[in-house]
Amino acid sequence: MITIPYLTALTTYFSYGLLFVFGQFRDFFRKIADWWLGSNLQGYAPICLGLEDFYTRRLYLRIQDCFGRPIASPPDSWVDLVERVSKDNNKTLQRTAKISRCLNLGSYNYLGFAAADEYCTPRVIESLKRFSPSTCSTRVDGGTTTLHNELEEVVANFVGKPAAIVFGMGYVTNSAVLPALIGKGGLIISDSLNHNSIVNGARGSGATVRVFQHNMPDHLEKVLREQIAEGQPRTHRPWKKIMVLVEGIYSMEGELCKLPEIVAICKKYRAYVYLDEAHSIGAIGKTGRGVCELLGVDTADVDILMGTFTKSFGSCGGYIAGSKELIQYMKYSCPAHLYATSISPPAAQQIISAIRVILGEDGTSRGAQKLARIRENSNFFRSELQKMGFEVLGDNDSPVMPVMLYNPAKIPAFSRECLKNQVAVVTVAFPATPLLLARARICISASHTREDLIKALEVFSKVGDLIGIKYFPAEPDKQQQDDGRVKLE
Amino acid sequence: MKDFFSQMQSSWCTSEKKDCKVHIFELVVHLKMEIDELCDEWVPEPLIPKMTDEMRYEPPILESAAGSHTLINGTEVINFASANYLGLVGHGKLLEACTESLEKYGAGSCGPRGFYGTIDVHLDCEARIAKFLGTPDSILYSYGLSTMFSAIPAFCKKGDVIVADEGVHWAIQNGLQLSRSTVVYFKHNDMESLRDMLEKVTKGNKRAEKLRRYIVVEAVYQNSGQIAPLDEIIRLKENYRFRVLLDESNSMGVLGSSGRGLTEYCKVPVGKIDIITAAMGHALATEGGVCTGSARVIDHQRLSSSGYVFSASLPPYLTSAAITAIDILEENLDLIMKLKKNIGTLCRGLSDIQGLEIASDLASPIVFLRLKKSTGSLKGDLQVLEDIAQHVLKEDSVLVATSRRSTLDKCKLPVGIRLFVSAAHTEDDLMKAGESLKRVAALALNGHD
Repeated sequence: MITIPYLTALTTYFSYGLLFVFGQFRDFFRKIADWWLGSNLQGYAPICLGLEDFYTRRLYLRIQDCFGRPIASPPDSWVDLVERVSKDNNKTLQRTAKISRCLNLGSYNYLGFAAADEYCTPRVIESLKRFSPSTCSTRVDGGTTTLHNELEEVVANFVGKPAAIVFGMGYVTNSAVLPALIGKGGLIISDSLNHNSIVNGARGSGATVRVFQHNMPDHLEKVLREQIAEGQPRTHRPWKKIMVLVEGIYSMEGELCKLPEIVAICKKYRAYVYLDEAHSIGAIGKTGRGVCELLGVDTADVDILMGTFTKSFGSCGGYIAGSKELIQYMKYSCPAHLYATSISPPAAQQIISAIRVILGEDGTSRGAQKLARIRENSNFFRSELQKMGFEVLGDNDSPVMPVMLYNPAKIPAFSRECLKNQVAVVTVAFPATPLLLARARICISASHTREDLIKALEVFSKVGDLIGIKYFPAEPDKQQQDDGRVKLE
Repeated sequence: MKDFFSQMQSSWCTSEKKDCKVHIFELVVHLKMEIDELCDEWVPEPLIPKMTDEMRYEPPILESAAGSHTLINGTEVINFASANYLGLVGHGKLLEACTESLEKYGAGSCGPRGFYGTIDVHLDCEARIAKFLGTPDSILYSYGLSTMFSAIPAFCKKGDVIVADEGVHWAIQNGLQLSRSTVVYFKHNDMESLRDMLEKVTKGNKRAEKLRRYIVVEAVYQNSGQIAPLDEIIRLKENYRFRVLLDESNSMGVLGSSGRGLTEYCKVPVGKIDIITAAMGHALATEGGVCTGSARVIDHQRLSSSGYVFSASLPPYLTSAAITAIDILEENLDLIMKLKKNIGTLCRGLSDIQGLEIASDLASPIVFLRLKKSTGSLKGDLQVLEDIAQHVLKEDSVLVATSRRSTLDKCKLPVGIRLFVSAAHTEDDLMKAGESLKRVAALALNGHD
């Protein structure tokens, strides 16, 4: 739960209100101008009606230069940002030839595999020459190579499950697997802050979806009991099966899931647990095996483990790990396996090599060093930011750190000021977060050195003072701040 | 729940205030015990249904690149199961471009497009594809399957009307379901049926200015190999004021004299199609998908298409592969001629097989063979076809694909054997495939004719 000070809440509401009013004025004048000039739609309905894209046109376009910044180098700890200019007040942006080298605190590069790696890249190029960039075929037709089978074995071993299946894209993994596992007559209980891919998959499955309050096992138990007692809507027949969807690390909060409690509750009520470890696999845990290892949960208790390879392994794709029968059934029924092109062979090799490095099977201790470094870096950075007075969310050990901004004007201000000082950050606002809770999200990587982090801290301190986002005093004493605040969930 | 309320009512009416509190407390305790009982009694279904034999199918494992010839179990096999239409798998220039890209950018892009995942090669690729197809702008997706099922919900919302072909593949079906619009299906590739549906949907509907309406078709249908008659569709669309969404996964780089797809093949100006999507995992021998159209259409997707905004971007080496593939295509237009010739040769070779007939269009790169006489059930048909495919692989070393349907697929078209023709196949390959299929089909379907 995030508590926002009264004054900040008021000013944020006021800012949004002002933007809304100005936006409506401009829309009104635009309507008159359109009527004057005559519409050229010729009887077709417009692509967006009325207020559907109001947010895009009037609010987002003003700060468009803070998003979608192109880079001209690998997304490593230091990155070459391409500068863009706009001739029409931020409506369109054009690339220039100028490049500025910035510290990258925005890419998901937890273990530093983003750039060419001394162990992985030669093997990836070898497999590229052997198997070509794509198999042009689905897994069931002619797209399964020896590399794919090896990858599935290696992933299953790494994650701690009997078998695994790999898909070419993480988003599609969630959207295509959930409908195959549960359908009409089933119940899905998902965390209120789950990722869009999980929400899409749950919606596409046809099952009834209920939501429990973010990371609150008590509320989950309450919802489970109510739902089992009531049964299906209208008919009151018992549910066919119940599935609880949670994530390892929530990417907008940086928090770890309360997995032991949730697994205990699901065992008691015989619900199935689906854990999405997109951000936590490879990045946390002593040997990088994710949130189950960190929190001491036996992987046999979690029915379905899902994860992606984009973040910690520097590649692309997603996987599902579970019992042998589950994986066999997935291979038979999951549309992403039957209809989609199989994962690109060089990308598969990158994952295999990255896992070997993490486990130390390449003969060096680089993997263990990387894991220790990311933990050290995250804890150091988080504690320093908190000492400076920033409001930082997330648990210890988590490499994702959101820093609260709240006010809409501070979003572009923070982003642009940091860029002037050669630090590239990511700012997130509505609709990815609630309207009042805009934040800057920092992702720490194992390839950041101590000097990099100290430089970033200096820049943040300077910019934070300039913009006024040090909501806490410089001492880490939060108990004094509880009066005079508005609680927001 | 009804019991609880009636008991509560009766307790209020018949007792005094002091006793009321005790009654309600007892009711609450009873309710908790009832819920506990229900929770103890409830037994869920197993997570997956019981395993059957057909679920244990293992696909053939390739030991080399999926080109026109590939290695399976140490033997060289002629590969008709990869949609490698222009034969670009294993092409030297493609591998060079990818190697350069891997050394420069690493393997992955580590972020979504909005957060430092936009690499300059992505912007170059989008511009290149737009230039190649002759449209104002284009947008890259990181997976072929997600292109359609993200593009459709970005444009079609609740209350809109969509008229789609009944043979569209799963990604489009999923997109239609996620969009929550009213979906009406017309008979597969039947223009009369399409006209009837359009008539039915627009009759008496005077809110035309506020209602968005779309027709969704594929250029070359994955499920049957038919080609959509685009000029007819454009005529109908202009008559009834619908927008057209065209999926050109299997026709980009294949149809038309310079490979620009169905619009060139049917001589329709590309500006008349509102949204064109294509998966690049077919002719362009890379992965990912692209959507192209007017600037308004593309800009709208950059913020509201979930598969673009919430997902990591396409790895840079695959984007370089796409750019190089288009360069190769523009320089070697004879690849398209060769592909056309190969399709013709194969169709002639398969023209009189016992028990099987060619269901696809004669210009389509997917040659679709279906049973002349069905066994009556989808499973039965699939069993027979699988048998044929396995024998063909074991005895004659020719790899073909059968159309497998997922349990979630709503398509009702018949299943069949698919052969993906490539420009890299030689005359011998095609003759061998024809003869092999003739022989095996004759043996397997002797009792069925």
